[in-house]
Amino acid sequence: MATYELNVNGLSKKVEVDPSTPLLWVLREELKMTGTKYGCGISACGACTVHLAGEATRSCVVPISLVGNRRVTTIEGMAQDPVGRAVQHAWIEKDVVQCGYCQSGQIMSAVALLKETPKPTDANIEESMGGSLCRCATYVRIREAIKRAAEQMT
Amino acid sequence: MKETQYARSSKAFRDGSINRRSFLRTSTVAAGGLLLSLYLDFPPSAHTEAQTPPPKVYPPDAFVHVRPDGKILITVNRLEFGQGVQTSLPMILADEMDADWSQVVSELAPAADVYRDPVFGIQMVGGSGSIAHSFTQYRELGAKTRAMLVATAADRWKVSLDQCRTENSVVYGPNGKSARYAELARDAARKPVPEKVSLKSPSEFRLIGKKVPRLDSAAKCDGSQKFGLDLDLPGMKIAVVAHPPVFGARVKGIDDKEARGIAGVRDVFEIPLMKGSGVAVVADRFWTAKQARDLLKIDWDLSGVELADTSQLWTKYKALARTPGNVAVARGDDKAIDRIPVARRVVAEYEFPYLAHTPMEPLNATVRFEGNKAEAWVPSQFQTMDQMAIAEVLGLKPEEVTFHTEYAGGGFGRRAVIDSHVPREAAVIAKRLKGTPVKLVWTREDDVRGGYYRPMHAHRVEIGIGADGMPAAWRHVIVGQSLVAGTPFAAMMIKNGVDESTVEGTSDTNYNLTNFHVSAHNPTVNVPVLWWRSVGNTHTAFVMETLIDELATRAKMDPIAYRRKLLKPEAKKLRAALDLMDQQSAWRNNLPKGHAAGIACHECFGTAVACAVEVSIENKRPKIHRVTVAVDCGIAVNPLTIESQFHGGLGFGITQLMAGGAITFKDGRVEQRNFDGYTPPYIVDAPVTVDVHIVPSAEAPTGCGEPPVPVISPAVVNALAKLTGKRYRSLPLKNI
Ligand code: FES
Ligand code: FES
Repeated sequence: MATYELNVNGLSKKVEVDPSTPLLWVLREELKMTGTKYGCGISACGACTVHLAGEATRSCVVPISLVGNRRVTTIEGMAQDPVGRAVQHAWIEKDVVQCGYCQSGQIMSAVALLKETPKPTDANIEESMGGSLCRCATYVRIREAIKRAAEQMT
Repeated sequence: MKETQYARSSKAFRDGSINRRSFLRTSTVAAGGLLLSLYLDFPPSAHTEAQTPPPKVYPPDAFVHVRPDGKILITVNRLEFGQGVQTSLPMILADEMDADWSQVVSELAPAADVYRDPVFGIQMVGGSGSIAHSFTQYRELGAKTRAMLVATAADRWKVSLDQCRTENSVVYGPNGKSARYAELARDAARKPVPEKVSLKSPSEFRLIGKKVPRLDSAAKCDGSQKFGLDLDLPGMKIAVVAHPPVFGARVKGIDDKEARGIAGVRDVFEIPLMKGSGVAVVADRFWTAKQARDLLKIDWDLSGVELADTSQLWTKYKALARTPGNVAVARGDDKAIDRIPVARRVVAEYEFPYLAHTPMEPLNATVRFEGNKAEAWVPSQFQTMDQMAIAEVLGLKPEEVTFHTEYAGGGFGRRAVIDSHVPREAAVIAKRLKGTPVKLVWTREDDVRGGYYRPMHAHRVEIGIGADGMPAAWRHVIVGQSLVAGTPFAAMMIKNGVDESTVEGTSDTNYNLTNFHVSAHNPTVNVPVLWWRSVGNTHTAFVMETLIDELATRAKMDPIAYRRKLLKPEAKKLRAALDLMDQQSAWRNNLPKGHAAGIACHECFGTAVACAVEVSIENKRPKIHRVTVAVDCGIAVNPLTIESQFHGGLGFGITQLMAGGAITFKDGRVEQRNFDGYTPPYIVDAPVTVDVHIVPSAEAPTGCGEPPVPVISPAVVNALAKLTGKRYRSLPLKNI
């Protein structure tokens, strides 16, 4: 067990966990922030995507000991982020979700994409969203919603 | 607020045409018709009204709850797992009730008799039955609620019923009188529930038929939606189970010294499984439990356990397919084919692998056992069965288990398991930890390796072609495990020794096939199997639609024209879908170089679907640029949801085409582990665009959850065949 101080969505949080514990499980079980989802645990589905110092990261494979003082941003922090809000609005407008389980991760990946590439092409979308599995296959509307959010942001 | 809930009930519904006795035989719960129940909040003052007889307290097994603040809570009698019933069933009720949609909220019903599917007789989601079976039920509930509210207003105003009308949660009477539903609700609850109500004509619908956005979008976009796996209860422990490497193996010895050495591990013990046994690890946290499980050294007893092996099974299945099985259809002359010259015969052998469902939210169940009662939280497609199973494990009656339906991250059939093995595991563990809530978590590895797959199948088809290019004789043998043999469902689904789910989609084909013979073998294999979204149609439609396409090509006919010619005259829905798809896909005649169009159509669960896909080959894989799909599903309750079910169903169907879309066995062990080895479709594999066209209809609605699945893979390989000249008969699609 070790103590870690984290910066999550702008707030500082203290946790005491085994150093090998992935950030995902710290968020979900220690901080009770269950918006970030477990889907595979091996970086193969994207359900656990958060931003680590602004970069889309699979939290299921990042041990807490490696987070350091990098800012952690989760789906729960998207309401305070202008791009996050635009993406959430577009998602609702396009009625993207089905079961919804993958959507926190999809939204986190989409926000990271739009921050880097405000006007993404289909190829940009396929590349950035390429590892985010949606078993309900909401892909068609995800594509539309990203383009819609991009429009809204200009 | 329980004491303020008031309920009335009346026998309102009869079950439908399907024989539900066979379901109920297994049930210890009295059958009983569905009840219409209303409960409405009393204003606080009602507590003191001593003269009123104490209202009959109903458990929350009711459908409409008009709150004093005007909010209308509508209870959904089945699981929401993406299909959108959480929005579409309330729409149906609210429409007949003339409720203000902006005030409608919905909740998922717990397990209770009143929430059983009106046709199946158990509480469940499956068979694309949500809308099909509950359309009239929810309309009548809405209309009866409205009638009671109107009767209350008419009484107050001393006017006749026909002087009142309703709109947006308000009753309007003569002389400018009006009353909000919320004001009337308390008295309305005391009105007798009308036996009969008249329902709206479709032209009067205000919600049904409109593109109504989902009610659960916002919560699913900001992380606040709780799924079963997100449940957190005071004092809750997490359990994981080490399952045997081969189905049915037993624990011989456990060395748990290291595992128990991890801080936060509470218990390690052997538990019985449906077959064989496993080792449960209980800890304060998931990560702790998983780490401890990784450190267990378990000696497994494999004696007497059959070791499934895919390559041996193929050999066996293909040999079986060359012999006739139990007869499902014998129409015309079985020997007619032998008289057709060999040059006009097609012999085709197909292979379909085991497929896992892998819903996005891994399987889980939470149970707390209190000795004389229990509480369970399960994302379940089968509430009635799961509640009974938990009760059985705990030595309780089903009604002693309070069963909460949790939102599920997908399911596709995987949460509708006849033996309820996941809730059973949770109950066994909770029993030992009496008083402590235990959340059982299956990791993705547990899920991929845990069985309950779409069974592997071999098909062998011999077709004799007539001089006109149309099939003149068709002999079809299907080999695959039964989904229901040895279960309570067998009596209903196995006929003449054939599991209907093995042959559906072929035996009931809409093509007019003369001299048609279908038989099936249902071998027993030590691999648990399960329905996978669209069940038998996953493989039968692929065989039928690729062969019809091949015959059309041989006959040098347009594939749509060929299908039209061969369809039975009574296949009205499929013809309508085919015609609409044809009209809407003019792009087929104007394709870029290297692109081809593929066609498929199929009817299942009462819904007919026709689709055209535009495909090219990129990086040695099919790239699906576009899908135009037409559907006849009767009245389209929510076209927006139907469209998303099509996006989803087509995408799910593509699982079959993925290079990594197969579960295989070697020496009894599953060779895949997680999404690295068993690979469902990602965004690049899915169609870039999908346009969905709905055949206008006034017929009763039929489901859209499963019917999109079967058409996509045959349509894609029919397009590939045009590009490569090859026919694709083995899935997954490894090499093009
Ligand atoms: S849970 Fe992290 S990528 Fe799947
Ligand atoms: S919405 Fe269900 S997995 Fe994506």
